[in-house]
Amino acid sequence: MISSFPKLLNATLITLKLLSVSLVVGLILGILFSIMRINKNPIINKFAYGYSYFFRGTPLLVQIFIIYFGLGQLEFIRSSFLWIFLKEPYWCAIIAFSLNTGAYTSEILRSAFETIKPGLIEAGKSLGIQSKIIFFKIQIPIAIRQSLPAYGNEIILMLKGTSLASTVTLMDLTGVAKYIISTTFKPIEVFIVAGGIYLFLTFLIHNFIKFLEKKYSF
Amino acid sequence: MEFLAFGKTGWGDELFIATLMTLAVSITAILIGFLFALIFTPLKLSKNKFLNLIANCYTTVIRGVPELLVIYLFFFGGSGAVMFVASIFGYNDYIEINAFITGSFAIGIISGAYSTEVFRGAIQSIDKGQFEASKVLGLKKPIHFFKVIMPQMLRLAIPNLSNVWQITLKDTSLISVTGLVEIMRQSYIAAGSTRDPLFFYSFAAVLYLLLTFLSMKFINRLEIKYSKGY
Repeated sequence: MISSFPKLLNATLITLKLLSVSLVVGLILGILFSIMRINKNPIINKFAYGYSYFFRGTPLLVQIFIIYFGLGQLEFIRSSFLWIFLKEPYWCAIIAFSLNTGAYTSEILRSAFETIKPGLIEAGKSLGIQSKIIFFKIQIPIAIRQSLPAYGNEIILMLKGTSLASTVTLMDLTGVAKYIISTTFKPIEVFIVAGGIYLFLTFLIHNFIKFLEKKYSF
Repeated sequence: MEFLAFGKTGWGDELFIATLMTLAVSITAILIGFLFALIFTPLKLSKNKFLNLIANCYTTVIRGVPELLVIYLFFFGGSGAVMFVASIFGYNDYIEINAFITGSFAIGIISGAYSTEVFRGAIQSIDKGQFEASKVLGLKKPIHFFKVIMPQMLRLAIPNLSNVWQITLKDTSLISVTGLVEIMRQSYIAAGSTRDPLFFYSFAAVLYLLLTFLSMKFINRLEIKYSKGY
């Protein structure tokens, strides 16, 4: 039990790397798609809706498998520059996670945008502020504050989601845990250590979000 | 399209059976989850600190640990645990547990943690007057629970239970690592033998979308049924 601890801690670094990179990319995607969702143009709107419907309606495992096993089958992808990324399981996992968390984030932000009272925007307009500035200085800060609790949940879901990287040969925390279980055949001990690390990370994320919520409460 | 033909030439019938298997595992798992919720929701709401702690441990641990890790625990540890219990009763042969049972049990425990939270929230948001009124009327405990609390709780819980159902349905894809032939596993086999992973995994995605779409339609109807009079 104790001897497996350093190995699992090392693997935690990979889990954290996967989590942080995909969260950053996912957040950018989420912001873009949530803006598209509140756009009045039906084509842009439907496209963003379709994106979020697909990624929220299918299991993350399917998405990883399509990207890792599926895309390599297309000749034009293998001959393009994309192949540099798509042949590595690490980047495939990151692409899948980013697209997945992007879909959830866009939904969270969209509902936050919709809960902003129209009076605030009208007030900005009647003061003669440009609509660009209204968007960046009024709508976005309020939407971010509104969506913090839901986004905290999404981070925790994504932390658990990174465990699926082990299915495409990446040795993240779950991957190493599975390897140790199948070589030592001590499932309960390894589960306690690996599960404990995950719980500790969840605890940290939870408290960090709580701290942000307090800091930006109004 | 010839990939999807029924019979010996295509994978249509195999994928159809696999879809039914996914549905069967999901339904078994969510029912097991309800059983767990039935045990742990009263513990969560009880005034006893110790019982509270047990229920909180269950929901926190299960919701904070990846589903895949829980499945590995059951997959590798399940038969060991059963054999240990059997050895107490003097049975020492090797016992192998069916992948369906381990899988639906693992997903069921996960789904139970989410259901517990949903039921707790729903019961807590029922007006206190309802509890007091049924006490004043002298209703017996079972009648109080099944005729007064349960119908109101269901109305409040159904929208969130539909989320739990979606999570459970998607989690069943993870059971494929244990070798149970559901949609993911069947697509994996088909992709391996035809060397066309893109087609089969995309088709798996379509099957999951279909399942989530149809179940949402069904749940919306339930929602309308239970919110009559509101």
